[in-house]
Amino acid sequence: MTTATRPAEAPLVHAVNVMKSFHGNEVLKGIDLDVRRGEVVVLLGPSGSGKTTFLRCINQLETIDGGRIWVDGDLMGYADKGGQLYRLTDKQIAAQRRDIGMCFQRFNLFPHKTALENVMEAPVQVKGVKKKDARKRGIELLERVGLGDKPAAYPAQLSGGQQQRVAIARALAMDPKLMLFDEPTSALDPELVGEVLAVMRELAASGMTMIVVTHEMGFARDVADEVVFMDGGVVVEQGPPSEVIGNPRHPRTKDFLRRMRAEEEEQAEAVAAALSVVQANIAGTGDEAGDAKATDPAAPADATPATTPSEPPAERSGD
Amino acid sequence: MSATTSARPDETLRPGRIDAKPVRHPWRWVAVAVIAVVVAMMVSSFLTNPRWDFSYAFQIMQQTPVIRGLWIGTIGGTIGSMILGVVLGVVLAVMRLSDNPVLRFVAFVYTWFFRAIPRYVLLGLIGVGIGFLYSRLTIGVPFGEQIATAVGIDRDTFTFFGLDWNAFSSTIWAGILGLGLSEAAYMAEIARAGIQSVDRGQTEAAQALGMPPGKTMRRIVLPQAMRVIVPPTGNETIAMVKDTSLLIAIPITNELFFQAYGFGQRSFKIMPGFVAATLWYLIVCSILMVGQHYLERYFGRGFGAPSKKAQQQLSKIEADH
Ligand SMILES: Nc1ncnc2c1ncn2[C@@H]1O[C@H](COP(=O)(O)OP(=O)(O)OP(=O)(O)O)[C@@H](O)[C@H]1O
Ligand SMILES: [Mg+2]
Repeated sequence: MTTATRPAEAPLVHAVNVMKSFHGNEVLKGIDLDVRRGEVVVLLGPSGSGKTTFLRCINQLETIDGGRIWVDGDLMGYADKGGQLYRLTDKQIAAQRRDIGMCFQRFNLFPHKTALENVMEAPVQVKGVKKKDARKRGIELLERVGLGDKPAAYPAQLSGGQQQRVAIARALAMDPKLMLFDEPTSALDPELVGEVLAVMRELAASGMTMIVVTHEMGFARDVADEVVFMDGGVVVEQGPPSEVIGNPRHPRTKDFLRRMRAEEEEQAEAVAAALSVVQANIAGTGDEAGDAKATDPAAPADATPATTPSEPPAERSGD
Repeated sequence: MSATTSARPDETLRPGRIDAKPVRHPWRWVAVAVIAVVVAMMVSSFLTNPRWDFSYAFQIMQQTPVIRGLWIGTIGGTIGSMILGVVLGVVLAVMRLSDNPVLRFVAFVYTWFFRAIPRYVLLGLIGVGIGFLYSRLTIGVPFGEQIATAVGIDRDTFTFFGLDWNAFSSTIWAGILGLGLSEAAYMAEIARAGIQSVDRGQTEAAQALGMPPGKTMRRIVLPQAMRVIVPPTGNETIAMVKDTSLLIAIPITNELFFQAYGFGQRSFKIMPGFVAATLWYLIVCSILMVGQHYLERYFGRGFGAPSKKAQQQLSKIEADH
């Protein structure tokens, strides 16, 4: 690995013209992105625009077909010897990934290991940290994400939000320079989203460099230094959140944000509608059920009193 | 609910306790009758036919050569060949799933060959066939002996390792080799299914943490694959206990069935010989089934606790102990 001498202000992530296709299907069509140290970049974009693929290219979970990605001066996946690229071995790529933490949509905790063992695994196995030290650090990290009381719990015994927080602690245990988040809250029930976002806000405030794919507009507005809007495998618009979210220029960005807003409102309406149905049921229960009993004595003893035709409250519209 | 309960007008009009006739199962009774007849016939045979001679069967069970055959041939052979089979099988499965086409091909050919050849034939081939080709197996420089003889030095100069095959093939090690090689082909398929059952996200999570591929397989994928691998491996072990009776093809005489049958034959009491062997096989396999249960529980840890209800039941069962 050749570490190029770099000026102090060099970006931590420097991606140039990144291209990627799957079986002829061009998913990334030349992405450029610079992320400075300590910066939080939020990637926005409709489904299928290539956000996940781009994140996975950064830490080489996907190999790229074109362009270059440097992280902290290291060319990812290749050694550059006088202009000729040589593919690195799996071991060398593994070594490059050590400094990059990643959190997945579906958490991907190791189910056969407890929360603490999940956090200790990589430092002990990859860095050769002593078990005793890794345990101490692991407990500190679990405390940092608000799970100091759960070191012995297996992932299956934790809620989604708790699992994602363990996953964040697990990534932090390697002392990464960069954290990648791929829709960390989109597999969570709405009431659990906040606790994960809170941990991520704290992490951003502590100066961690982060690239976050998310649909949480509030998080993007408050935390992001830079918002990147992707569509169809290209970066359409990029800038501070006040501009990209607050005052989008490009019609596709406007369209996407309008749809996001409509979805949010729809969700809010659905929740409100469900609430009103429930409230009506509670109010109506007594007399209504009583009437039914009086007129129809053959009704089974535990017929549901809620005879109002009501759909189960839609918690979230599909995402 | 509770608000309406008190408001009920007439308690007597509401349906009360259920007092229904259960579903009848006439065929169960027919089956019980048939079983009873069969059992009665067996008992009658035991009591009226002196050739069963159970007391002699118990004696055979306790004979030193039979016990030695049980320990060395049956139990030793099973443990040895299963260790070889599982280790080699997992290696073959990893080869089969690797990116390297050479490894994939080798694993495929191995599995194809050893699954096609019957164990009895394989054991005979190892015990008799190889000994017929080479009485002494050596590993060294190819054509080393010929070169050494031509140059006029000691013919073993280029030999690093030598094995007297005829002496080797009468030991249990030859049996373990034969059964283990055959078992590896089956274990490879089982291990492959187990590895493939592990979510791809697990490998990716380990990779994202900077774990190299070998460690990812050993620390993350295989332990989870075990949950799928253990139950069929238990069945394979139990099948292997029975297949050790094939060791006579090598021939290895230090084996339970050969010894028990021999005792029966020499005293013209064939059936007690069979009974003695059968009872030992039953005992060994029963113990293995209990062991399998605990292994499954160990490798299922972290998976079995998703539902509150299951947890409550588990803690209740534990409280009952
Ligand atoms: N391993 C793969 N093989 C083939 N096609 C793939 C693969 N991974 C992604 N794709 C395709 O690449 C395109 C971009 O996918 P990607 O997951 O990067 O989108 P995304 O922006 O993350 O979308 P979402 O918001 O739905 O997560 C999609 O059309 C997808 O079908
Ligand atoms: Mg995605």
